[in-house]
Order: sequence, then C-alpha cells, then structure tokens
Amino acid sequence: MLLLTCPCCGVTAEETEFANGGEAHLKRFGPGSSDADYEAYMFNRKNPRGVHFERWRHAYGCGKWFLMARDTMTLEVYGAYPAQTTEPPAEIVAKIKARRPEWEGYK
Amino acid sequence: MKRYSVFAIAREAMRQHSGWDKAWASPEPKTHYDVVIVGAGGHGLATAYYLGKNFGITNVAIIEKGWLGGGNTGRNTTIIRSNYLQDPSAAIYEKARSLYETLSQDLNYNVMFSPRGVMMLAQTEHEIRGYKRTAMANALQGVETRFITPAEVKRIVPIMNIDGPRYPVLGALWQPRGGTARHDAVAWGYARACSAMGMHVIQNCEVIGVESVGGQVSAVATTKGTIGCTKLGIVVAGHSGHLANMAGFRLPVESVALQAMVSEPIKPAMDCVVMANTVHGYMSQSDKGEMVIGGGADHFNNYTQRGSWMHIEETVRALIETFPMLSRLKMLRQWGGIVDMTGDRSPIISKTPLGNTFINCGWGTGGFKAIPGSGWAMAELMAKGASPLAEEFSMYRFREGRFIDESVAAGVAH
Repeated sequence: MLLLTCPCCGVTAEETEFANGGEAHLKRFGPGSSDADYEAYMFNRKNPRGVHFERWRHAYGCGKWFLMARDTMTLEVYGAYPAQTTEPPAEIVAKIKARRPEWEGYK
Repeated sequence: MKRYSVFAIAREAMRQHSGWDKAWASPEPKTHYDVVIVGAGGHGLATAYYLGKNFGITNVAIIEKGWLGGGNTGRNTTIIRSNYLQDPSAAIYEKARSLYETLSQDLNYNVMFSPRGVMMLAQTEHEIRGYKRTAMANALQGVETRFITPAEVKRIVPIMNIDGPRYPVLGALWQPRGGTARHDAVAWGYARACSAMGMHVIQNCEVIGVESVGGQVSAVATTKGTIGCTKLGIVVAGHSGHLANMAGFRLPVESVALQAMVSEPIKPAMDCVVMANTVHGYMSQSDKGEMVIGGGADHFNNYTQRGSWMHIEETVRALIETFPMLSRLKMLRQWGGIVDMTGDRSPIISKTPLGNTFINCGWGTGGFKAIPGSGWAMAELMAKGASPLAEEFSMYRFREGRFIDESVAAGVAH
C-alpha cells in the first residue's frame, strides 16, 4: 500500500484515493506521424526495474493530475511535481542520484 | 533418467528408497549452446522441451536467475481453461489444454491435471450476452463450452448463494474439461524431461547483458560467465522489459503485481473452479483442502512481488456474497507475482528486432494454463522461423493495429 502526497492540494492519503496514469513525459505522436513513432507513443514503454516517472491523479481528492518519481523495486517515492513539465525537475533528479548512485539517468 | 512407475516404487520400497536419482542434473554452463532460453519457468522449460521433442534440438541451456519454477509458475492459482473469444487465443489455449490432458504420461511425471470444470459466472445481463457469444464462438473453434442456468450452477456448486441481492448468479459459462494442475510439478516435470534429453538447466545464474555481432545475438553475459548461443529465447514474464532493454528494444508491456491467497484447509466443499469476473474474484479448492483465491492486479508498475492490501480486501469482499461460508474462513497466506501486461491482454510470441532472438511474454495474469501450448508454439517459431499458433501473437501487431482483444472478451480475470 502506497502512501502518497498530492503536490496540488497537499493531502497525504492511501493509494486508494489516487489513480495511476502510466508513464510520464511521453511525447505525443498523432495523425501524420510514422507507424513506428505512433506505436512507440501508444504502446511501447520503458517499464523500468527501478526509478520510474509516472502520472497520477488525485481521483478521490482534488481531482488534479500530477507527476511522480517512484522506485518500482522498493516502492520508495522520490517526489511529486506538477503535471505541467516536460521532464523531471533538477532537484528530484539530484535526490534520486543521491539515493541511487548507479541510476543511469532519466533518458 | 530412470522411469517412474509402480515397479520403480516397489523396487525402491525393497531397498529403503536408496536408488532414486535426482530429477535433473545441475551442470556448470558450457561456453556455447545452439539455443539458450532465459527463464526456467513453465514457459521457458516447455519451450526447451518441445525444441528437443519436436525438432531434435537438444544442445540447449535454460538459465534461471533464481530457482526453477520460483517465479509466476509457482505463484499462480493453477487454473486451466481455453474458453476465449478470439480465434488465435482459443487455438493456442485449447492446444495447451489438450496437451495438459496427457502431460503426465508424456513427461512420465504426475502433474496432477484435474479436469474438474471451470465455471465463469454471469452476474449481469451484459455478462449473460457476452458468455453466450463466447459459447457460440467456442463451438465454432472446437472448444467444448456451454452456457448453463442458475439451477445447474447451484447443482454443481451447492455452497454458492445464487440469489445475492447485489450480484445474483444469472447463469454461467461452463467448460467441463477445464480445471487445475499442480503448478510446481509442471515445472519439475519439464525440467526432468529436458535434463534427460541432455539439456542444461542452470539455476542461480542471472543474465546481466545480451551481446550481439552484426545485429545477431552472439552470447548472454551472466553471473556465471559469458554463454555463447546461436539462438536466444527470452521467456521471463514480468522481467521481459528488463531483458528487452538489454537486447536493445522496447516492448508493449508493463509489469504489475498480481496477488493470490489460500485459506486454512477445510473438508471438500467445491469440486470445480469458479470465476466471478464482475466482482473480480476466482476460487478453487486444492487437494490439501485450502480455498485458493485470486483477484485483480495492481494498477501501477511494480517489481516487488507483493501487492496492495486493498486488493485482498476487494477480492475477499467480492467472493463473500457469492460464497457466504467464506466469511468464517481464516486466510493462511498471501503472495504476489510480477505479471507482464500487454495493451490487448494477449501474449507475445515473436521474433524481435535483434536477429535470432525470440521473445515469449505478455501472458499477463493468465500464463499457467498456456504453458504447454506456449512452449509448443515458441519451439516451432525458434526452430523453423514461423509457427501457425504464434503467427498472430507477433509483437508487431500493435504497430499494425491487429489487436487480439481479450481484455473484454476474457473478462480480465485469467
């Protein structure tokens, strides 16, 4: 059971109050893009064993979307940040690197 | 390999059971094999077995990070059925189910296949329509199923409450030749048969890299040194994304935790498998008397082999209305496994972007039932480069929009 804190409203609650929205920072490929790009955007996922950036929604709270860095091996949450970003903020990346020196980085 | 038989038991009984061999050898890895299979779970071992049996390829190593059958093969609820809607699914699952019928004789190892019947409850009007459609599709596919009435449900499973106020039982899809098998024995039986053919089952050997030359796989780097191979099969379920990353490609797969649990043992109360997909729980009774219960998967990526408590509560709560006697049962233990989910909830048996490398994954929450058929198709694909059973399950179907949509058809619970 995860205990998460919503960065939008500040409430800390059990995971049942939140909904997972899958991998974060996907670049959208729509009509007119190549089949390979569209497939990669729609289906292919990093699915990492370790640090994972993902989307969550505070579904039974403020209703807002946010992004989060979480470890899929330990379930440790490194931090949450606003959905209006295109890549993880520097302070969260620094925090992860401090905790997991072997981590190869976001890309 | 000495055959197991009633005479072997008698012979060993005469000499204090001193003559039993180890079921499989534990050799050190050679420097090169014709085929290396990563993952000694049911699917990996079955792949190796049919490579040897059907195609005579026996210079094979099956390498395993942990112990044999210690992943999802040893963590599932052992349900075997083939009542799928789509033709490619019905074909491969029915192949698997039919192979299970004679697997004990084939392997000379008792896998305790018990075709006790699988019942999928219809608890809404939509499910009635869905399952009637499935029954008709199955008739065309040559899979024996039929839609039965609530009265028949009650006759087959007397402990069920079919008049529940929230989710009454309105009928069921009944597959009389579905059932269960002993999951560990399936892995052990295949491992013993592979070892007897001269294949190497190498445990406690983790793959840490995939090496290639000119776009063709050449070797795998492992914790027991580099092992060369002409062909590579990746059959690692929940960790497929991790291995694909080593081989340089991505998969349309995400890994989540799926849980199961067993109750304290009780006297025989239910002699078939019941699945209730609307409320999302499924249950059978093991030979030891434990009620074996499974439910839904977690919704976020997870590699920890433990799930969230709320899913246990959800599953048990769902089943109690339909099986009131469960409310007084104590749960004995609970565990989780990492399942690899694809977008259309159908598996992948496919060539990959790396030459001579093949992958078998994406069985999601329902791989155990498919083990013999999956191994059969994967072996044919690896030996001949194509397999009629595997053709539709290519990983490229997502690019081409040829989904085999079982997420609705199979009612999710596998």
